[in-house]
Amino acid sequence: MIRADAFLVSLVVASALGVVAAQHQARKLFSELEREQARAHELEVEWGQLQLEQSTWAALSRVEAAARENLGLGEPVPGRIIVVERVR
Amino acid sequence: MSPHRPVTFNHNPLLEKGLQEWRPRLILLGLMACFLALVGRAAYLQGFNHEFLQAEGKSRYSRVIPVPATRGRITDRHGDVLAISTPVRSVWAIPPDAVLTPAETRQLASLLEMEVEDLNRRLSSEQGFVYLRRQLPPEVARRVSELGLPGIHQQQEYRRYYPAGEVTAHMLGFTSVDDVGQEGVELAFNADLKGRPGSRRVIRDRRGQIIEDVESIRPPHDGSDVVLAMDKKIQFIAYSALREAMQKHKALAGSVVVLDSRSGEILALVNAPTFNPNNRSNLTGAQLRNRVLTDVFEPGSTMKPFIAALALDYGKVTPDTVIDTDAGRMTIGRATISDVRRHKGLTVTGVIQKSSNVGTVKMAQQFTPDEMWKMFDELGFGVPLHLGFPGEAGGRLRPAKSWRPIEQATMSYGHGISTTLVQMARAYTVFTRDGELIPLSLTRIDGPPQPTRRVFSAETARTMRHMLEVAAGPQGTAPRAQITGYRVAGKTGTAHKLEGGRYTNKYISSFVGFAPVSNPRLIVAVMIDEPSAGQHYGGAVAAPVFAKVAEGALRALGVAPDAPLVPLHFAGQAPTPVTAAKERM
Repeated sequence: MIRADAFLVSLVVASALGVVAAQHQARKLFSELEREQARAHELEVEWGQLQLEQSTWAALSRVEAAARENLGLGEPVPGRIIVVERVR
Repeated sequence: MSPHRPVTFNHNPLLEKGLQEWRPRLILLGLMACFLALVGRAAYLQGFNHEFLQAEGKSRYSRVIPVPATRGRITDRHGDVLAISTPVRSVWAIPPDAVLTPAETRQLASLLEMEVEDLNRRLSSEQGFVYLRRQLPPEVARRVSELGLPGIHQQQEYRRYYPAGEVTAHMLGFTSVDDVGQEGVELAFNADLKGRPGSRRVIRDRRGQIIEDVESIRPPHDGSDVVLAMDKKIQFIAYSALREAMQKHKALAGSVVVLDSRSGEILALVNAPTFNPNNRSNLTGAQLRNRVLTDVFEPGSTMKPFIAALALDYGKVTPDTVIDTDAGRMTIGRATISDVRRHKGLTVTGVIQKSSNVGTVKMAQQFTPDEMWKMFDELGFGVPLHLGFPGEAGGRLRPAKSWRPIEQATMSYGHGISTTLVQMARAYTVFTRDGELIPLSLTRIDGPPQPTRRVFSAETARTMRHMLEVAAGPQGTAPRAQITGYRVAGKTGTAHKLEGGRYTNKYISSFVGFAPVSNPRLIVAVMIDEPSAGQHYGGAVAAPVFAKVAEGALRALGVAPDAPLVPLHFAGQAPTPVTAAKERM
């Protein structure tokens, strides 16, 4: 009888410890998840800012000015256009 | 009065008497009852009704805070960003809590780029809440929070940026400070763009700093991106061509819209005057108006091809039928209709080519008002397009019953009927799509094409394409619509402006055309309001804008040329030699 009681008590203690450990684990994982989500959000934000920066640099007015002034480019004149057609 | 006799407590005669049995018992019982009540109360609070107290306790430190969601991006058809929200932070303080050392104040002031006195003034405010600085870049905000100052808090906000600025201003519209769409696509697609904020539970300390995340109640749901049909490159080409024309002709306003005639997508839509959506400090209503979609005008001669098409479709005329144009004058009732240039007799092709009012009226007179109304209605005039754009106008098309003969006549050349520029451009899809009208779309169409509606026969549409090519040709009204490498077709319009019910000597010049003629791909509609630098004819003011836009757009789309690549040769000018042309261009 006493033996059975001792056994049951130890089971209860073990499961209680298990609950504590699981809860601790869950908290840890949750905070990790939160951190990762925050990081994902930060990266998303950074990506947005990079896109913004890219589209500012690649603004067509800027590209056009650079092409015309720095590189001396212009629209091709008729004699210099070659049309390539795919024959099916 | 008897004399006083001193009595000590120990010798008090009352003590001698002895107490009754029930009195101490009563006291004891009373005390026990009190204890029982306390125990019962404790048991009630701890055992049976513990939720209430627990909730009260929790509410002292645990908080549900909202998690903001990001507003969706707006991109062009190739995925280039046109509108994007990036987070910014606002720094605020609770002045009674913000007790800072002078060194800390100086540090904070330099980070916030504020004067120390100004900061001190704000921090000594009597209010419970003051903003120190709004919309700070996240980088600076992080350094502020790293200082860990008491009573200084931050809140996340979003700011919307439009990298293309004024080029796409009217199409995109803008949002309010609360990130809610106010105009344009931002308003039209607000439901898709806006995110759903989430919430999470956190534990906060006495100062309100978050010390532990407990659980996520609802994850935030970011807004979805909107992919427009717009092609950023074509939009830019249209924008610069329009801006140039506005300056050259000292015009009041102007608009250009470019449609993909195959899919009905709106590839570009620009208006002038425009505004910078990133800095809207002093805006006027004129700058804000999206004239392409919301302003109606009497289109003038761009309406004529529809009358010719109707006459062809009913078999009343052939392209070569000669119409007596009465030397450019005719009288209906008390009104006289006249042509700009007089021609004795013109073929139907000639009427369109020379843009003869009289010839068009003669064709229109062969129809009943009902027949004409039915065609206008089928072309979509008088009804808004329902693109979902705020403030879309539908123009005015009065019921056929109320038409007087003179009105039927003027409507045939585009007066007494009003449309928006986009309606006019769309109506021209009947010519490019072999007689079918296609619904338009602001967003990129990835699925199958939208259902179309037949208005004219394919044969009629093909004939009209030829006529409109002649109209944009050397002998037509708009030789300046010609571009290198592609065959173009189109019709000019020069309409008197209506002001207070009277026609004035102010004009609206327009041009609606398409290219390449052999297999139409683009429809470009141009409208210039009140050109006042001498020229006002559509062929001189609007057609060159068309040429610029169509040429650039066709090249941007990589459409194969359908005309020989010869240098343009304008009458009265020497043909440009290749080397010289290179310099000029």
